[in-house]
Amino acid sequence: MAASQQGIGHYLHLGFCGVVFAFLIAPILVVVPLSFNAEPYFTFTEGMLRFDPDAYSLRWYAGVLGDEAWGRALVNSFVIGICATLLATVLGTLAALGLSHPAMPARAALMGFLISPMVTPIIISAAGMFFFYSSLGLAQTHFGLILAHAALGTPFVVITVTATLSSFDRNLTRAGASLGAGPWRIFRRVQLPLIAPGVASGALFAFAASFDEVVTVLFMGGLEQRTIPREMWAGIREQISPAILAVATLLISFALMLMATVEWLRRRGDTTGSIRK
Amino acid sequence: MKPDARPYVEFDSVHKSYDGVTQIVTDLHLTVHEGEFLTLLGPSGSGKTTCLMMLAGFETPSAGAIRIDGNAVDDVPPRRRNIGMVFQNYALFPHMTVGENLAFPLHVRSLDRQAVDEQVQRALQLVRLEGFEDRRPAQLSGGQQQRVAIARALVFEPDLVLMDEPLGALDRRLREEMQFEIRRIQRTLGVTVVYVTHDQQEAMSMSDRVAVFNAGRIEQAASPEVLYEEPERPFVASFIGDNNLLTGRIVSAAKDLCEVDAAGHIVKAFPVAPCAVGDEVVLAIRPERIGLAPAPGTYNNEFEVEVRDLAFLGDHLRVQTAFCDNDFIVKIPNIVGHGGVLAGDRVRIGWTITDCRALPPA
Repeated sequence: MAASQQGIGHYLHLGFCGVVFAFLIAPILVVVPLSFNAEPYFTFTEGMLRFDPDAYSLRWYAGVLGDEAWGRALVNSFVIGICATLLATVLGTLAALGLSHPAMPARAALMGFLISPMVTPIIISAAGMFFFYSSLGLAQTHFGLILAHAALGTPFVVITVTATLSSFDRNLTRAGASLGAGPWRIFRRVQLPLIAPGVASGALFAFAASFDEVVTVLFMGGLEQRTIPREMWAGIREQISPAILAVATLLISFALMLMATVEWLRRRGDTTGSIRK
Repeated sequence: MKPDARPYVEFDSVHKSYDGVTQIVTDLHLTVHEGEFLTLLGPSGSGKTTCLMMLAGFETPSAGAIRIDGNAVDDVPPRRRNIGMVFQNYALFPHMTVGENLAFPLHVRSLDRQAVDEQVQRALQLVRLEGFEDRRPAQLSGGQQQRVAIARALVFEPDLVLMDEPLGALDRRLREEMQFEIRRIQRTLGVTVVYVTHDQQEAMSMSDRVAVFNAGRIEQAASPEVLYEEPERPFVASFIGDNNLLTGRIVSAAKDLCEVDAAGHIVKAFPVAPCAVGDEVVLAIRPERIGLAPAPGTYNNEFEVEVRDLAFLGDHLRVQTAFCDNDFIVKIPNIVGHGGVLAGDRVRIGWTITDCRALPPA
């Protein structure tokens, strides 16, 4: 009896997980085949259900790739994303180094302050930034948007780098100093190579945060600063074309690659961790 | 170490406190001579590692001065002190090979490639790790990592090397082997070494001189022989080797002889410091200097005690007796046997005046 009860529990558990995954993933997966729709609809046509090759087409992909607005959005997304990531990575790494220093006072309070952009509702940060940046003349500029996205991405870097530094042996920096190296050389040759996995995964998170961010862009960006998510927003509201499904599919593939990279970095980080012991 | 060696490192009334209340190190005076192997020995929390860290420059004294080669180093950052350091956990750079680890201080000093290679090879030879330059620290055993750490601390030819419990992580056999290695290397190079350990045997076997730390102060700094034979403080007497300690009061005092009332027994002892009648003293008598069942009149001090227990330890026999309501240990070398003494017997024990030191209380 015990075995069969355990069996029932086991199947219930599996079923529950299956439902969770279905609700999480189905809406994403359904986008992929629809993006190959030959008709300008958001539903599966009869031809698609019969797997008729003529019901499928790459026309939306061709449309997106050939379209000037999407091209500009792609460039904007990468320019803003990469610049914001660089800024967030440098600032976040420096902040994490400072926060991990044993002589740092009020560590918990500062940490909370630094990661607050992550927990503040985005609409509030965005509105606040809009008014603040407008008065500085930075609204509706690439630079302003880069600053805003850097502020949103920095907490990810602070968290991942702080986590990596917590297992960093402080005697290594002391050893470096006793061997005659200055602070910059110690950072560059000893500390950075060992915390690199943490810095890189923080940078990837910061990039992802910028790359799929739409609220700040809605507030701060003008026509010239439209990013991919902003263009998709416009696409849904204004023209309702499966072109945005093609873009979504491209973004999903891109996100998968990012996640795979993070995982690869994490495993590499584990290996260096075990070497240290 | 040469007999006329000049002072190289000086601690001049150094104090260290982190909060202004608890003193980690109190009024420390210590001189390390050029070419000397000096060990800071003490239980954990006695301030010995803090002293080493202040000498390395990772901690700053709260008061007092540290001088290296006559120059105050308060304002000199660690990287400008030119001191080699071996850390407790070795602190080898895990992402660099052995060769890169050793070349690191040489690159800092902008040596050309050939000079770097030469010095790395010489350092590897010194620690007998030729051919290991392409391995990573994780591919080495604990003892080999230890050798690399020592080589890295020596490769840039510093005049002073600090070692912070470097053998703590090794098993006993390896530790003894490395003690000899470190001593051999130190003698070969004639480099000054300040070594920190809590292991008194390690300190005794390696050092020219040992400074015994207790609660932030140096109790006594002397050669291992002097520390063992002529301890000046009860802490040193009990920390270095085995000792029987008895407290008592002076009943008569002369220059080289005093009589002490220890729980009703009058013991003749050698006064280490000037003392007066009525002073409290601690008597220290080494267990191996006590005779068991001697012919009457052999010793100046002879008492009858009860044997509580016996333990056979191979090279010697450990007899636990009761004297002045204390456990009193007598060690008999396993040469002539112990005359059939059994637990519960009453026997006479005795010792000479010079083997019974009257120390001022802690």
